[in-house]
Amino acid sequence: MRFTLHVWRQSGPRDPGRFVRYDVTDISPDMSFLEMLDVLNQQLLGRQQSPIAFDHDCREGICGACGMVINGRPHGPRQATTTCQLHLRTFSDGAELWIEPWRARAFPVIKDLVVDRRAFDRIIAAGGFITARTGSAPEANSTLVPKRDADLAMDAAACIGCGACVAACPNASAMLFVAAKVSHLGLLPQGQPERGTRVVNMVSQMDTEGFGACTNHGECMAACPKEISIDFIARLNRDYLKATLAPKPPVKEFTGAA
Amino acid sequence: MELRSRVPEGPLAEKWERYRSEIKLVNPANKLKHHVIVVGSGLAGASAAASLAELGYTVSCFCFQDSPRRAHSIAAQGGINAAKNYQNDGDSVFRLFYDTVKGGDFRSREANVYRLAEISARIIDQCTAQGVPFAREYGGLLANRSFGGVQVSRTFYARGQTGQQLLLGAYQALERQVGVGRVTMYPRTEMLDLVVVDGRARGIVVRDLVTGAVASHVADAVVLATGGYSNVYYLSTNAKGCNVTAIWRAYRRGAAFANPCFTQIHPTCIPVTGHHQSKLTLMSESLRNDGRIWVPKKKGDTRPPQQIPEAERDYYLERVYPSYGNLVPRDVASRRAKDVCDEGRGVGPGGFGVYLDFADAIARLGRHVIAERYGNLFEMYERITAENPFDTPMRIYPAPHYTMGGLWVDYNLMTTLDGLYAIGEANYSDHGANRLGASALMQGLADGYFILPYTIGDYLAQAKLGKVGTDHAAFRQVEREVSERVDRLLTARGRKTPDAFHRDLGRLMWDKCGMSRNAPGLKQALAKVADMREEFSRNVYIGGKGEDFNQTLEHAGRVADFFELAELMCRDALHREESCGSHFREEFQTPEGEAKRDDARFGYVAAWEYTGAGNEPALNKEPLEFAVVHPAQRSYA
Repeated sequence: MRFTLHVWRQSGPRDPGRFVRYDVTDISPDMSFLEMLDVLNQQLLGRQQSPIAFDHDCREGICGACGMVINGRPHGPRQATTTCQLHLRTFSDGAELWIEPWRARAFPVIKDLVVDRRAFDRIIAAGGFITARTGSAPEANSTLVPKRDADLAMDAAACIGCGACVAACPNASAMLFVAAKVSHLGLLPQGQPERGTRVVNMVSQMDTEGFGACTNHGECMAACPKEISIDFIARLNRDYLKATLAPKPPVKEFTGAA
Repeated sequence: MELRSRVPEGPLAEKWERYRSEIKLVNPANKLKHHVIVVGSGLAGASAAASLAELGYTVSCFCFQDSPRRAHSIAAQGGINAAKNYQNDGDSVFRLFYDTVKGGDFRSREANVYRLAEISARIIDQCTAQGVPFAREYGGLLANRSFGGVQVSRTFYARGQTGQQLLLGAYQALERQVGVGRVTMYPRTEMLDLVVVDGRARGIVVRDLVTGAVASHVADAVVLATGGYSNVYYLSTNAKGCNVTAIWRAYRRGAAFANPCFTQIHPTCIPVTGHHQSKLTLMSESLRNDGRIWVPKKKGDTRPPQQIPEAERDYYLERVYPSYGNLVPRDVASRRAKDVCDEGRGVGPGGFGVYLDFADAIARLGRHVIAERYGNLFEMYERITAENPFDTPMRIYPAPHYTMGGLWVDYNLMTTLDGLYAIGEANYSDHGANRLGASALMQGLADGYFILPYTIGDYLAQAKLGKVGTDHAAFRQVEREVSERVDRLLTARGRKTPDAFHRDLGRLMWDKCGMSRNAPGLKQALAKVADMREEFSRNVYIGGKGEDFNQTLEHAGRVADFFELAELMCRDALHREESCGSHFREEFQTPEGEAKRDDARFGYVAAWEYTGAGNEPALNKEPLEFAVVHPAQRSYA
């Protein structure tokens, strides 16, 4: 197969960046999208040109490191598939492909297709956890969890934190990411004591990071490689409302150790 | 070098309890003053960093990925073992201990393995409390499944994403400590060397992968939780970034490297499709619960699987190992797959594959049950191969997956360098010569949550550490060496990319030091690796500069260390004139083709000691004494 690629090249955060055209040939349909970029990068190095920087690690669709916008769609055209698991047999021979980084104010570009997603970590640090100090846990089967709740919690917990939801959203909102964590933990009995503070703190951090608001476009769910449902956003809104309208709304609390 | 295992006195079942009652504790007010560095943020690293911070220590945690949540523990699929005996099927701490020692072909330390089995149940408690959504039964109780090499059902799981969920639990505990300022997290930061002051590990030198800046970090103790080195084979189930650099640099600074040739080849991976392939994808061992493995009886049978009648199929694992069947341990399953393919009975393009067939299970249990158990794995398989396992059997083949070898550690998980600890896959300790499925997650979390936080306190309470800053001569010296190494790589300006070198090395290691080994092959490999290394230093091309985000440079540094490791692996494999577990020396096998151990000559841990560039490493031996189990020829028939 052969492709014409237009790849976003940006040497650093202060470089305005631009598309650069590359023609790749002799590509096997069994290759993954990233393997095609590997081949191109080896050729660029052979010509003593700078290879295209992109994040990737597990290449099994689970670590969440990879991600690029391909022809306007985060992770490309195939449903429920990360970029690393996208195979070239998905595309027609000779196709023209435009490859860009995630674009969001909260995800500044580091180089080429690599963006800084530390904002996600800071949102988790603000409240995306259950406080369970090591050594303090009761016997696991002492708390029963209905299978239905456990399964639904797992659906939400499947989020890989790649950021495609943000890239897909016209507002660059992180609602699906936050909602997935709020729902995962809020659905379990262990997550109840911190349910109110969690949602308030996480949403507050999301706003601080510069993510946009959710206006129910649903693009996030369409782009999500793990098919996380926007039903979880409704769940977040409900929890948030309940927490903030409570007689004593939760305030940002000290939730750490010692 | 003296190898002191520091195993506590007393009966096996009481050692850990007794140890915990007798260790020195650090005064709560003093914990804050102790700074601990944790390198790596996988199950072992994240759980250790979070637990140490909860105890009150000041912690810095480093990872090369953009977020600690991306560590490769995330890709573990099948499950985590624990001796809960929830199924009432006769499981116990002793049985888990025994299975693990036997599964490891009697090459692990009894006391460590017993402690692991003892702690296993608490890990499930801990993770459940954190909100890990383990699979449940309809009544709300935790569910279990079976894994290879055992006859009880003790594996806990979260669909096919158990590693992901356990890691997110540990990551969230870690981020909670980051949020309250007890842990400083350094993502996109790679440890490039260890700093030793007065015989103790006192810090690390790192490179900021975004700016390229080289910097030092001082600590009272350094914990390496940097995973395994299967990427020495280039193609493996590891993430692309997994590397040996941290533990290799520690080895060069004086930490002994144990059993480097014990590398696990996982039996159920998707076969290689072409030369472009950048990595191999694992299909969880849990699939062997319901999938049946077979090849055609006839050589060169190219009929599609559905057209091969039952009578012309060879379910070779069920035939050779009737009592364990498809659930034999990984080393055995891999070797048998290789054997049938070498006989010319392999399937798929190139003949390097065997079938893993779900037709019977689908007929027996119904499609929806199989979909619920393995749906996401089937989807992943279909995405990669464009074949649907509901309709046609999966094709699988063994691939490098896990390394039992690693830094030698004592009972406290401390290496031969005072103040330097190795936990998780980075150490050699608990799996002997072969790891059982669902035991890596167990060991990583046991080390990080429940062992290291105690043992490190015992060290810090007693070590009288002088004040050291990054301006200390030792730090300056190591920083200089790191910068020089980076410059040397950049100035070679040859004609071959690090990736091309890495592929060549990987192919050589797979051929000569992979699933089966022999003396002439290993000697050839040793000579060849030396040549490749020399060519690498002369002819590598990286481009760009050091003070920049330069992924080619990152890769080159890792490949350089893989070359050195490869030599040590071959040397270790050559010296171990026996077969045990994953280490299969063709010269040493039983008439049935099973691994033939030589306990009299090789019943020890081989701990290699660095003796300077260009010198042969020194071999130190820790004899393995078995007081409770009696090493026997492993039998799964």
